Amino acid sequence: MVSKRAIPMRKLSMDKRLTTFEEVALGYTEEEALEEAKRCLKCKLMPCSKSCPLNIEIPKFVKCIERREYEKGLNIILRANPFPAITGRVCPQEVLCQKECTLRKLGDPLAIGRLERFLGDYQIENNIMNLDVPEKVRGSIAVVGSGPAGLMGAVELRKLGYEVTIFEALHEVGGVMVYGIPEFRLPRRVLWFYVDYVKKLGVRIEVDVVVGRTYTIDELLKEYDAVLLATGAGTPKFLGIPGEELNGVYSANEFLIRINLMKAYRFPEYDTPIKLGKKVAVIGGGNTAMDVSRIALRLGAEEVIVLYRRTEAEMPARREEIENAKEEGVKFMFLTQPVALIGDEKGWVKKIRCIRMRLGEPDASGRRRPIPIPGSEFEIEVDNVIIAIGAEVNKLIQRTAPNLKVDKKGHVIVDKYGRTSIERVYAAGDVVTGAATVIEALAAAKTVAHTIHRDLSK
Amino acid sequence: MFKVISNRIIAPGVRRMEILAPKIAKKARAGQFVVIRVDEKGERIPLTLVDWDPEKGSITLVFQEVGVTTKKLGRIREGEYILDVTGPLGNPTEIKKYGVVVGVGGGVGNACLLPVMKEFKRAGNYIVSMIGARTSELIILEDELKEVSDEIYIATDDGSRGYKGFVTDLLKKYLEEKVPDLVYAVGPTIMLKVVSSITRPYNVKTIVSLNPIMVDGTGMCGACRVIVNGKLRFACIDGPEFDGHKVDFDSLINRIKMYKREEELALSLFEKRGNKDYGI
Repeated sequence: MVSKRAIPMRKLSMDKRLTTFEEVALGYTEEEALEEAKRCLKCKLMPCSKSCPLNIEIPKFVKCIERREYEKGLNIILRANPFPAITGRVCPQEVLCQKECTLRKLGDPLAIGRLERFLGDYQIENNIMNLDVPEKVRGSIAVVGSGPAGLMGAVELRKLGYEVTIFEALHEVGGVMVYGIPEFRLPRRVLWFYVDYVKKLGVRIEVDVVVGRTYTIDELLKEYDAVLLATGAGTPKFLGIPGEELNGVYSANEFLIRINLMKAYRFPEYDTPIKLGKKVAVIGGGNTAMDVSRIALRLGAEEVIVLYRRTEAEMPARREEIENAKEEGVKFMFLTQPVALIGDEKGWVKKIRCIRMRLGEPDASGRRRPIPIPGSEFEIEVDNVIIAIGAEVNKLIQRTAPNLKVDKKGHVIVDKYGRTSIERVYAAGDVVTGAATVIEALAAAKTVAHTIHRDLSK
Repeated sequence: MFKVISNRIIAPGVRRMEILAPKIAKKARAGQFVVIRVDEKGERIPLTLVDWDPEKGSITLVFQEVGVTTKKLGRIREGEYILDVTGPLGNPTEIKKYGVVVGVGGGVGNACLLPVMKEFKRAGNYIVSMIGARTSELIILEDELKEVSDEIYIATDDGSRGYKGFVTDLLKKYLEEKVPDLVYAVGPTIMLKVVSSITRPYNVKTIVSLNPIMVDGTGMCGACRVIVNGKLRFACIDGPEFDGHKVDFDSLINRIKMYKREEELALSLFEKRGNKDYGI
């Protein structure tokens, strides 16, 4: 009889969680992985695999775990996904592979993400890298951006026999995985392992290069056979309410960049400061809102409150991250929308004026639309406000490439194979879809890499 | 890694640094800036491009040694390296023939004035430069500015050179006599505010080059946001130049002070313990 419950993942002790940036989810031990792998029903139709954007053959690698054939299992994943220790940690499995798991009819779905991570960690521990690339060089590709889509595109193209150069605007490689996702969700050693892998494959990486400024797309097209735009969605949205210019107000991106990229939590050992008071309000209900809330607690904030305009059920954050935030002491105020930020005489944010909301009919996103309740305004006192209501596409490149077609939101328009309006220029990931997940960017970049290969082989 | 070709003192506490950065030198235009990070623990800060030489592959920056980053920069010797230099960033100055262009600079801003006035001159404008500093020895790049200016006026707070008082007083007097076609100002934010309020009644187009706190400098963080015409704009990608009559200077001046205490703390620790391992 299969157990209804998945083997739980051990977590870091609470005192460490609140004082360090160490990883919270500790991963399965071998025994735990073996135990969980046993639960898999090995469905012939592989519904899990079909709902994985990279179509990883999940039951096959799970079977390998069961047989303790870890390297074999790992290789099954690597055929489809070169970064299992990353996706095993940050994929929203509950809405992808695990959603379709047959075990859900009995109880918990198979903990596919945890098992993937188990093999990913096995890969890192044993330094397993498949570095086979064709000897013959087919052409050269410029990849713009070193986030999930950029790294995936580079790996696929390199394996197809292309010389690949990645251009990164920041001083570190990894895009959102280095400036955005905090270390307690994705330890940097995991990211560095894969960056090292990409470099060992022979991909060149140039940091401190802002395409659109240091080079234009036209210049890249003169040097390379094709250009893959994988610049992501890195520009923060603001609320458009009075007071957002006040001191003490951060965009989630600025907060995360200061912490994750610039190590401001180690100021003054590191030069970049961060300034946080006792009571921090975080606006938004996504994973980023959970990340910044949990960081704020680690920085010593006494009270962190998430303000979200709908209810918990509509929050786009992963359940797991909401649970982690709650465990750590993050508070939530639902059906609450800020209408103004109010400062003190020194220009520092002091209060948020909010209005209560109720849920109306479903909107375009399928979630019930929040509607303000007239006369329900109230104020809460705060020392900081962090705005985590999403990010949009950076418009830097399109400004210097007027013939690159974009939609109203600035997303690069591509055909279903990833071709943009400029010949030999392709795009994948958030720059096409708007802010989405790591796995979707990986899947898109893989498809586009093969489009480039097909087009250049003509 | 970017090699420093030279790093010399041009006034007390002010240095002129030439860095090997061929990609940036090839692309640089007047009005743009770079973001630098001196070392592994360093902050990212923006510095305006003062000069560049595409053939030599070098760029020139001028900075005042006031904070940890600029002090660290000051200690880098010829032949040593800066970890990161990114650019050129920001929109270049729109260069065209206006007629009479008055350039107003203050402090290190005088160095930033130079490339812009050079280009305005090349475009056939009549150039009037007004440069100010606390005292005579802090007047920098005077000769180079003279070369591109048809008229040049100097002001010092202590009267040790030229007019005794603020450079903005010079502008005020000038406007009482004649109205130029453009006023371009770069320097301390308070000076930009005063310049803009002086020119407003004359309805003369006024461009100010802002220097707010930035982190990435590529539109990712929003630290450099400033209210222009009632809307939030990012100085790094929408600027750094804006219509001075539309900028909300008071909130900008407030934002620049956000980390004043942290900056002072970091500086005192830096001075106490020297360049290496001054942290906790």
